[in-house]
Amino acid sequence: MTFLTYLISGLALGSVYAIIALGYTMVYGIAKMLNFAHGDIIMVGGYAAFFAFSKFGMPAPVCILAAIIICTILGVIIERLAYKPLRQASSLSVLITAIGVSYFLQNGAQLLFGSDTKIFPVMLTDGSLKLFGGQLVISYLTLITIATCLLIMVGLTLFINKTKIGKAMRACAEDKGAAQLMGINIDTTISITFAIGSGLAAIAAILLCSTYPSLSPTLGSMPGIKAFTAAVFGGIGSIPGALLGGLLLGVIENLTKAYISTQLSDAIVFTVLIVVLLIKPTGLLGKKENVKV
Amino acid sequence: MSIVLQVKNLGIDFGGLTAVNNLNMEIEENEIVGLIGPNGAGKTTVFNMLTKVYDPSRGTILLDGKDIAKMTTEEVNKAGIARTFQNIRLFGKLSVIDNVKTGMNNHHAYSVLDALLHTGKRREHEKQIEEKAEELLKIFNLHDAKDIEADSLPYGAQRRLEIARALATEPKLLLLDEPAAGMNPQETEELMNTIRFVRDKFNISILLIEHDMSLVMNICERIYVLNYGMLLAKGNPDEIKNNEKVIKAYLGD
Amino acid sequence: MKNILTNLFNKKNRGRTLSFIIVILAYAGIEILTHSVRVSRLFTSLLVPTCCYIVLALSLNLVVGFSGELSLGHAGFMAIGAFTAVCVSGLIGSVIVNDILRLIISIIAGCVVSGIFGLIISVPVLKLSGDYLAIVTLAFGQIIKSLINNIFFGYDANGLQFSFVNNSLELQNGKMLLSGPMGATDTAKISNFTAGIILILITLYVIYSLIDSKYGRTIMAARDNRIAAESIGVNISKTKTLAFVISASLAGAAGALYALNYSTLQPSKFDFNTSILVLVYVVFGGLGNINGTMISTTVLYILPELLRSLRDYRMLIYAVVLIVVMQVTNSARVRELVNRISSKVFKKREVRL
Repeated sequence: MTFLTYLISGLALGSVYAIIALGYTMVYGIAKMLNFAHGDIIMVGGYAAFFAFSKFGMPAPVCILAAIIICTILGVIIERLAYKPLRQASSLSVLITAIGVSYFLQNGAQLLFGSDTKIFPVMLTDGSLKLFGGQLVISYLTLITIATCLLIMVGLTLFINKTKIGKAMRACAEDKGAAQLMGINIDTTISITFAIGSGLAAIAAILLCSTYPSLSPTLGSMPGIKAFTAAVFGGIGSIPGALLGGLLLGVIENLTKAYISTQLSDAIVFTVLIVVLLIKPTGLLGKKENVKV
Repeated sequence: MSIVLQVKNLGIDFGGLTAVNNLNMEIEENEIVGLIGPNGAGKTTVFNMLTKVYDPSRGTILLDGKDIAKMTTEEVNKAGIARTFQNIRLFGKLSVIDNVKTGMNNHHAYSVLDALLHTGKRREHEKQIEEKAEELLKIFNLHDAKDIEADSLPYGAQRRLEIARALATEPKLLLLDEPAAGMNPQETEELMNTIRFVRDKFNISILLIEHDMSLVMNICERIYVLNYGMLLAKGNPDEIKNNEKVIKAYLGD
Repeated sequence: MKNILTNLFNKKNRGRTLSFIIVILAYAGIEILTHSVRVSRLFTSLLVPTCCYIVLALSLNLVVGFSGELSLGHAGFMAIGAFTAVCVSGLIGSVIVNDILRLIISIIAGCVVSGIFGLIISVPVLKLSGDYLAIVTLAFGQIIKSLINNIFFGYDANGLQFSFVNNSLELQNGKMLLSGPMGATDTAKISNFTAGIILILITLYVIYSLIDSKYGRTIMAARDNRIAAESIGVNISKTKTLAFVISASLAGAAGALYALNYSTLQPSKFDFNTSILVLVYVVFGGLGNINGTMISTTVLYILPELLRSLRDYRMLIYAVVLIVVMQVTNSARVRELVNRISSKVFKKREVRL
């Protein structure tokens, strides 16, 4: 029973990672860049929801919507101002820019909101489900988290495969030049990708902050790195890969904490990652790229 | 004369597609051989198998009688095959002379410790490398450009540098993949002379892929024609010129 | 004599000669300054770390610039060197009283142990490339930090004592060398600026000797075109391993010097941000540009310290500097302008082919 509890909470944590990893993986798939500022968008989403709820007393759905809108706009602005001029630049220049944006958001938040930790309010629910005569307790939040993740996955997969914009995104991921010749607007497609990724980050922020209710300017860093790891784990650029990678990472992390050692969980999670990459060099569901000679 | 390269029943599949099949080929010492065929016939694929960039699905490749099946690209080179590429692959940020020097590494052994401590061994080898590289650059008329970045060379010069770099590895067999592509007639003429000169001077065999028929007919002693991955014909230039199957393959029905 | 001079300043060796001159002049200048005028405490406290970061950035440039592989875990090697040095220095403290000798032994120990880890990490390096390799180096950095966070190590009358994860050490009259998340405490501060400068000079010597040799050529060839390099008989695995191991060793030496400059040092100091910080120095200085790396490291390390009076705004300014510099250096208009100016200033000799 305790194992099941840990497993389920691991799945919930993994769901959050998966939602964040989607942002990394989509942006990587289309813009071929590691957006290191993605974790900090989560942080912004957390603060947005916090202020909407605690300071302005708005109802929860409005807060969530506000966080999503703010993050989406922020994501698009960052892409337009910082990344778009660097389309032709080396990937390292883009990486450094992303790091600059990350520092900017973290330190901007610190100036605006202070570096002290704020307590995130109960926005969604604090109830829980009791099964087997109280032997198995699952909080509603856990269920909401897992359900949200699955919902997003299904929705996103449909979006990518069925809609015109989704097809444009896939075309851009495959070959930007050819996509452009087919009349696809690259700039718009990339902006939409950033918008979706950032919007998802806001949702992840609320789920994450509800589970671990402390808010600080650096709150996004570690989940960001973990989610990035999850994306690579599953095969970066692959949407099902992000889900699989996220869930596995969350479960491994939680079970390690429960049964081996809390202090060593990071070391174990990252060791598993290295081992997986050694066996499958492009991640679990990643495509092997062939070099044409 | 002894045989340098012997290819028996060579074939490769990509997924379900057979790109090259049942290819038999022999190259003798000191011979210049042409490998021609229409676009997509599988010529470059043959080169890629000979250098183990691709692993053949079937058949054997013998270099000096030794099977290269278990070798990597790097080991094939050490065994004596060097090549150029259809889409030029130079070390763009290295200088012209350093591109050539890189080819000589395996013939000049000094350890990392020698390198770090600037021992006499290092100095001696570096001196030889420098001299040999300069000599090669002179042959290919690249000596004036020896210190500039390979990327900033004009196209024709890049092709020549690739050949010089391949020769630096002291191969027995040199594979040239469209060496005259993008060159004007005068450059092509010079290239032909250089190829002959190199063959005589270094005493090597050369297998070349080329679309410029005047070059092929002019310098190749024997020619293999590939079509749809299969050997269509082989013979000396005159035989190939008058071979009906070859004419048909090139001109269509 | 004249021959040696022209040799030092010919086109090929100019950059190298300049590097050594810059370092020696900087050292002389700073030594004169510190001995003649009263310089602030902040200034003197920055000297050793600056040297460490220069060595670190140079070593990272070997991997990122010359070998062409992105590494996001360089702080891991620094950490290995640092804590190895702390332990060695602590252990031999009673035997070898001479600070300089102890410093040298500790730095060599840090260098060697870190080099061994470089060898270990190069196993995945050989199998992966690009962003997948980057993530493995990131993971490596995290693992190292996390492991050191859990090591408890000390000695007492009964000999060496070691425990992992939970501190179970009960030392009798002994000394803790590593205390888990607390890291090293009560370390003897034996680093000094002169040692830092010597370490930079050694690093320069090693890197220049390597890149001017056949090994350097293969490292760069493997970077520029992997398939072509293989086709001329370059062993890519050996080549990349060499770059990684030398880079790791130098980073370990830098970490050792760094650790012995402070009485306390936590493992959390060597996190992802530190790795990124060094990467920023390298990119700003220019990939494969040694003098650029030394200058950018000095400027970028000291800049936030100088901006200290601006307090909260300094990291914000730093972030803006990063973004703006990347935009400007990658702007087509700026490039064109630079090209036009440089072609006017240095009339290039036309090469005819």
